[in-house]
Amino acid sequence: MDINEIYNKLKAVFGDDIIELKTDKPVDPFIIVNPEKINAICYFLRDEESLQFDSLSCLSGVDFDKDNLASVYHLYSYALNHKLVIKAIVPKEKPELPTVSDVWATAEWHEREAYDMMGIIYTGHPDLRRILTPEDWEGHPLRKDYKVQEFYNGMKVPY
Amino acid sequence: MTEIFGSDLIAKIIIPIPIALWIALFALYAVLAERKISAWIQDRVGPNRVGKWGLLQTIIDAIKLIQKEFVYPIRADKLLFRIAPYLVFSATFLGYAVIPFSSIYIGVDLNVGLFYFFAVTSLGVMALLIAGWSSNNKYSLYGGMRSVAQIVSYEIPTALSALTVVMLSGTLQMQKIVMQQSGGIQNWFIFGGPGDVSKYLLVPFMLVSAVILFISTLAETNRTPFDLPEADSELVAGVHLEYSGMMFAFFFLAEYAQMFAVSALVSTLFFGGWQSPFGNLIPFLNTPGMQFFWSLIKGLFFVFVQIWLRWTLPRVRVDQLMNMCWKYLIPISLANILIIGVYIALK
Amino acid sequence: MSELRTEEMVINMGPQHPSTHGVLRLKVVLNGEIVVEVKPYIGYLHRCFEKHCEAMTYPQVIPYTDRMDYVNAMNNELGYAIAVEKLLGIQVSERVEYIRVIMAELQRIASHLIAIGTYGNDAGAFTPFLYCFIDREKILEIFEMTCGARLLYNYIWVGGLSHDIPKDFQKKVKEFVKYFRPRIDQLNGLLSYNKIFIERTANIGILPADVAINGGASGPTLRGSGVKFDLRKNDPYSIYHKFDFDIPTGTGEVGTVGDCWDRYMVRVREMEQSLRIIEQAVDNIPEGDVFADIPKRVKPPVGEVYVRTETPKGELGYYIISDGSLNPYRVKARSPSFCNLSLINQISRGYMIADLIMILGSFDIVLGEIDR
Repeated sequence: MDINEIYNKLKAVFGDDIIELKTDKPVDPFIIVNPEKINAICYFLRDEESLQFDSLSCLSGVDFDKDNLASVYHLYSYALNHKLVIKAIVPKEKPELPTVSDVWATAEWHEREAYDMMGIIYTGHPDLRRILTPEDWEGHPLRKDYKVQEFYNGMKVPY
Repeated sequence: MTEIFGSDLIAKIIIPIPIALWIALFALYAVLAERKISAWIQDRVGPNRVGKWGLLQTIIDAIKLIQKEFVYPIRADKLLFRIAPYLVFSATFLGYAVIPFSSIYIGVDLNVGLFYFFAVTSLGVMALLIAGWSSNNKYSLYGGMRSVAQIVSYEIPTALSALTVVMLSGTLQMQKIVMQQSGGIQNWFIFGGPGDVSKYLLVPFMLVSAVILFISTLAETNRTPFDLPEADSELVAGVHLEYSGMMFAFFFLAEYAQMFAVSALVSTLFFGGWQSPFGNLIPFLNTPGMQFFWSLIKGLFFVFVQIWLRWTLPRVRVDQLMNMCWKYLIPISLANILIIGVYIALK
Repeated sequence: MSELRTEEMVINMGPQHPSTHGVLRLKVVLNGEIVVEVKPYIGYLHRCFEKHCEAMTYPQVIPYTDRMDYVNAMNNELGYAIAVEKLLGIQVSERVEYIRVIMAELQRIASHLIAIGTYGNDAGAFTPFLYCFIDREKILEIFEMTCGARLLYNYIWVGGLSHDIPKDFQKKVKEFVKYFRPRIDQLNGLLSYNKIFIERTANIGILPADVAINGGASGPTLRGSGVKFDLRKNDPYSIYHKFDFDIPTGTGEVGTVGDCWDRYMVRVREMEQSLRIIEQAVDNIPEGDVFADIPKRVKPPVGEVYVRTETPKGELGYYIISDGSLNPYRVKARSPSFCNLSLINQISRGYMIADLIMILGSFDIVLGEIDR
């Protein structure tokens, strides 16, 4: 199925929660969705007969622009061999959206990394803690306005 | 030996000295042999810088180990931690007392020599457990517990397979067992021992017995494929984790000394000990000097086989180890004893 | 009299451990010798790869991609180069594609040799480890002959290669193929079909196919569970559609489908298939100039791309967002070992601690890739 058909199918079921389909080249086309409904949308994508997106290839956190963060989902279907890209955009003041780790088990670690690096909080996640930086690190490193902390446990950080 | 030295007391003092020297020398060069043989098996060269062919390598290693600082873990049980290496070493050394090196040279020719050997090497188990427990370290404790389970279980097939020889020879005394194998290679217990042609019926069973004895003693000395107590890819050296310097060296010395002791045991029981394979055909080969040579050669051959096995086979898991012992080795050795018993009764 | 209390013991297989293939910390909760829970802690090798990429220009990122999975550098570079070329919309010449494929397949063999050798080492068989390294030396010699480096190459550039192949290259590669085929049989005889090794790895760490797909497993971990999926065949990139090779999967030959032995055996068989690809490619390298398509300045238009390639460890994905400038806006590397490792808690429950080591080894993780 190509992305226009998938977009129409989703629009039919979820209506206004599917915000936009961006297809200008040389972009991989992606669909922007309402972050609050991401869990329901992902369940639909996984379980619907004609879509069957049974695996999450990659979940990334992106510093979208000055005020927003984005959570990008790359989905792939082993059964039907098609791909999809979904983006959910959340504001930086309140970067929360529901987790998809109950839909795909692999999302657990990916979401922890997005939380660690970007600060996106996934509500309902079983174990949301930092994964790559130490547990008591301050700040979210991959944000564009990140300044590294001066001291960590008494050790000077920038050298 | 008493005759040579005149006085009984002097003989008793002098006899252990060559054995102690042999153990020290053997342990030193067995380490080098292991490194060289493992290198040749693995298509590389092994130590060859220190002295020609690496001959001085272990001596240098020993010097390095001696000058190392003894590090004691803070909450280790002080007394037990320190005596464990010496206990292990003593257990092994005690076993050497009954190994016959030649017709006149044996530490002490007990009339229950074989039984004494098995009893004394079991002391090593206790020492390993002491080492594991007193290190105050979870990994060492695991190693200690595994080694106790392993050694205690494998003592049974060891004793059972040695029992076949005892039944055929009728004695536990080591020198008498060797004396009965005189007269050439056909009289060795692996071929059924001295007797008439019907003894050749026993050859397959004695072969099985010898193999079981070899495998079980391999498990007793913690060599691969049974080296779980020191499994270095799982428990990071297991029992000797916390030991450093000379104490560590003692464990290793004990392991290599034990390797030779059990090789000598296998060769004494099944392969004629210090008897020459040519029997009385070539009288020169029967003199005490040459007998010494024969017993060492046979012992060293089995040590070589042990080294060879270590670098070829992967490691067995703890429950598979127990499985093999209790479900395979023990029933087979019991069946063996039954068959040999029937043969003796019918003779 | 109160009941006999048995406590669960928490063992820490710390960052430094001979068998954890790098700096990985595993917190293992044990009940006797049986594993109740395994919690991996990663991040000890985090080198801020993604943040560095935002400060470098596109070609300058290539040495950084090398260092992610350091035993497998060619495949990392290949994925990144293909992703940037897709953004730029350029097509490289046939000669470049052929050489890239040969390098990638040689690197696949080298990486699998390490996986197999260290797996045998974990089991206690010390000798196959060294035999595998002898074979790997030959591959590294070929790489050194071509680009000067043995381990981290900076060879596959955006739009081409950094060096053309030397005159002896084809001869040496053919010699290697001839030398290596019988070595695989020797390895099988020594390790794969060894009874003790089979006892250690069969029926251990069974990963059912649906758990694997849902959990994001890829590469030999996924194929060991019987799923016949390989990105080189199912979603071809570069010129893999021109070559004829099979996809080995786990069949439960000596145990159950999806156990450690299956994953291990998939790797051994993949080496053979890589040899087939190399044979087909090395004779047919077309003439051409490898430097012709390398752009002077890499300045892709605004957009984003996600490209996945099949590395020896699994599916390596590069998600690159470009904002029209010389530096990437965001580079995310989805590493296969990261996703494979997250499955370890699920599949190691109920086994013993010795089995845990074998399960970890069968995933074939490299910490450089997990932590980036």
